[in-house]
Amino acid sequence: MTETEVFLQQVIYGLSNGMIIALVALGYTMVYGIVELINFAHGDVFTLGGFLALTVVGALGAAAILDPNTLGDSSHWMLLVGLVLTAGVFCGFLNVAIDKVVYKPLRRAPKLTQLVAAIGVSFILVNLALFWGGAPMEVFGGGNAAAASKDFPEILEGSNLLGEDSNVVLRLEDVAIFAITIPLMIGLTLFVNRTRLGRGMRATAQNPVAARLMGINTDRVISATFLIGGFLGGAASVMWAIYNNTISFQMGFRAGMDAFTAAVLGGIGSLPGAMIGGVLIGLIRAMSDQYIETRWTNVVVFGVLILILVFRPSGLLGLKQREKV
Amino acid sequence: MKNLLARVALALAGSVTPALSAADSVKIVSSLPRTGSANAQTTSMVNGIKMAIAEVGGKIGDATILYEDWDDASPQRGNWDPAVEAQNADKAIADATVVAYIGTYNSGAAKISMPKLNTAGIVMVSPANTASGLTKAGLGEANEPAVYRPTGKINYFRVVPTDDVQGAVAADYAKEIGIKKVFILNDREVYGKGVAGAFENRAREIGLEIVGTDGLDAKSSNYKSLVTKIKQAGADLVYFGGTTQTNAGQLAKDIVSGGLKAKLIVPDGCYENAFIEAAGAKALQDRCFITFGGVDPKLLKGKGAEFYENYKKAYKADPEGYAVYGYECAKAILAAMDRVQKAGGKIDRASVLAEVGKTKDFQGALGTWSFDENGDTTNRIFSVNTVKNGEFATVKVVQ
Repeated sequence: MTETEVFLQQVIYGLSNGMIIALVALGYTMVYGIVELINFAHGDVFTLGGFLALTVVGALGAAAILDPNTLGDSSHWMLLVGLVLTAGVFCGFLNVAIDKVVYKPLRRAPKLTQLVAAIGVSFILVNLALFWGGAPMEVFGGGNAAAASKDFPEILEGSNLLGEDSNVVLRLEDVAIFAITIPLMIGLTLFVNRTRLGRGMRATAQNPVAARLMGINTDRVISATFLIGGFLGGAASVMWAIYNNTISFQMGFRAGMDAFTAAVLGGIGSLPGAMIGGVLIGLIRAMSDQYIETRWTNVVVFGVLILILVFRPSGLLGLKQREKV
Repeated sequence: MKNLLARVALALAGSVTPALSAADSVKIVSSLPRTGSANAQTTSMVNGIKMAIAEVGGKIGDATILYEDWDDASPQRGNWDPAVEAQNADKAIADATVVAYIGTYNSGAAKISMPKLNTAGIVMVSPANTASGLTKAGLGEANEPAVYRPTGKINYFRVVPTDDVQGAVAADYAKEIGIKKVFILNDREVYGKGVAGAFENRAREIGLEIVGTDGLDAKSSNYKSLVTKIKQAGADLVYFGGTTQTNAGQLAKDIVSGGLKAKLIVPDGCYENAFIEAAGAKALQDRCFITFGGVDPKLLKGKGAEFYENYKKAYKADPEGYAVYGYECAKAILAAMDRVQKAGGKIDRASVLAEVGKTKDFQGALGTWSFDENGDTTNRIFSVNTVKNGEFATVKVVQ
């Protein structure tokens, strides 16, 4: 492999991984923007999305739909879109339910109480995934060891789009990540900037009391935020599953950590910030794996984060805000 | 239900008159990761231990042998947890009836309980620790193994061959199948680093070219970027010192999806069905080799074959690779207790510890073996396995 090929390959991997991180990061940043809560359970909502996707694939009969001879034809793209929607809707409503049951009663409680509640929810969801991975998954053919990583079947054809002889590998799954993530991000931006509910969100983020005085139903806005954030997390979990071909009950931990870092890097509360932060972290990881050493990658990622926060405490695109009292 | 009531009554009676129960019954405990993906493996090992105790009717002379199955993992880690392992060791020390401690599964966990149990004089027999430094000087950290033996006496024994041997077996096999250039990875844990280091030393000796080494992050979502680097280095073999729990399955997948046409060799930490489940059989077939300090349970001979048959009868399933080691640990401890009993002694911590250390030419399921002066087994059988049609298949047995 020549240096250029290596670089190109790392850019592809960096962007693909980064896009997934960015989708998860949007969930953190949106919720933070509206209710100023770092929703630590978000990563685990993402995990459950992956479990649902594998259960659906198993229930549909992986062998029948995943016949290698038909891999890559349009029915698989339909399946993929179907999985994204199913997992997205599931995670969206799960997120709303968590908000209603746990966060809403604590809305006026000290921030620390809410944070601890979020960590608690995170633990509950991890254990739920652990349970789901056992007997229920066995029924649907996803393996039987509860805590083992589970093999997620290939939904898209795995051959190299640049030709089998090419040193650079570009697969349909990379393309699928772009094809699904970018429209979702554009859609979200349009939604927030152009619709009535989106305007309500921006208003609530700026000043919830004033927004309520202006007649905005902030409860509805908050629910919508959790719904959309959860939906993006669910979509990301399916992307993750087809990209890594693995799901595990701990997948949300690392994804959540990376995504949260991305949200802070980009400026928490800022949508374009989360997208850029996610892609940046993906790229930094890939480049560090290649040009430094894998064992230093986490050090590099958090080193960059600290550097950026030293010079721009509110993140890359974050706005300077007055401390709320 | 009656059984439960009886047990509760027994427990209550025990707590009221501890002196009486201490005289009549002794306890063996095991500390293994029961939460997490090693669970299938450890369940099989616990079954092995229970079988060994059942074979002596749960009694040595007048003493009743009780057994407790402890977990040293936590759900948050999905793997062994240093805090839980420390708790287990303290719990064993505090319970005067505990005379033997079977464990641990992970070498890193052993580091925590070894000095504690050494001070308390409780014998510890591991069915699965393979890190060389735990018992042998010069192969691990500078202060090993003395740091695990504050009293200067040896209380830690193991029935599995160590990583210095295992790494060398893997390197020899690599040479045998015509490998020229290797890229060596480890998971940055005690076990993984140890076995990868042993592989590296042997590879240099026999003239394999080492084109790179790195330590990977076990929680990473994928290793595609790392695989690209390995591809650029031109390796035709990746050696990974790690376990299923430290993401060996994902690495195997990414080697395939990254278009790297190299073989993969992994150590015995991956010799469990969870590894095949995690990696997917397709990513392993004809490409991945797993070394293991022993042989496929189906290929055991003599008492080992008996063990295999009895296990299948009792649990209606094939034992995992390490089940027989759990069984052998318990057998060695029970045999030591029996010798104490026959010599007219009292079964307690000191007498059991002394007798386990004297285990010599023991005729067990793993063949005839002894504990050497470091507490290691003299057993040196290794097998190299691959995956065929979703199952482990032995390709070579090394004596």
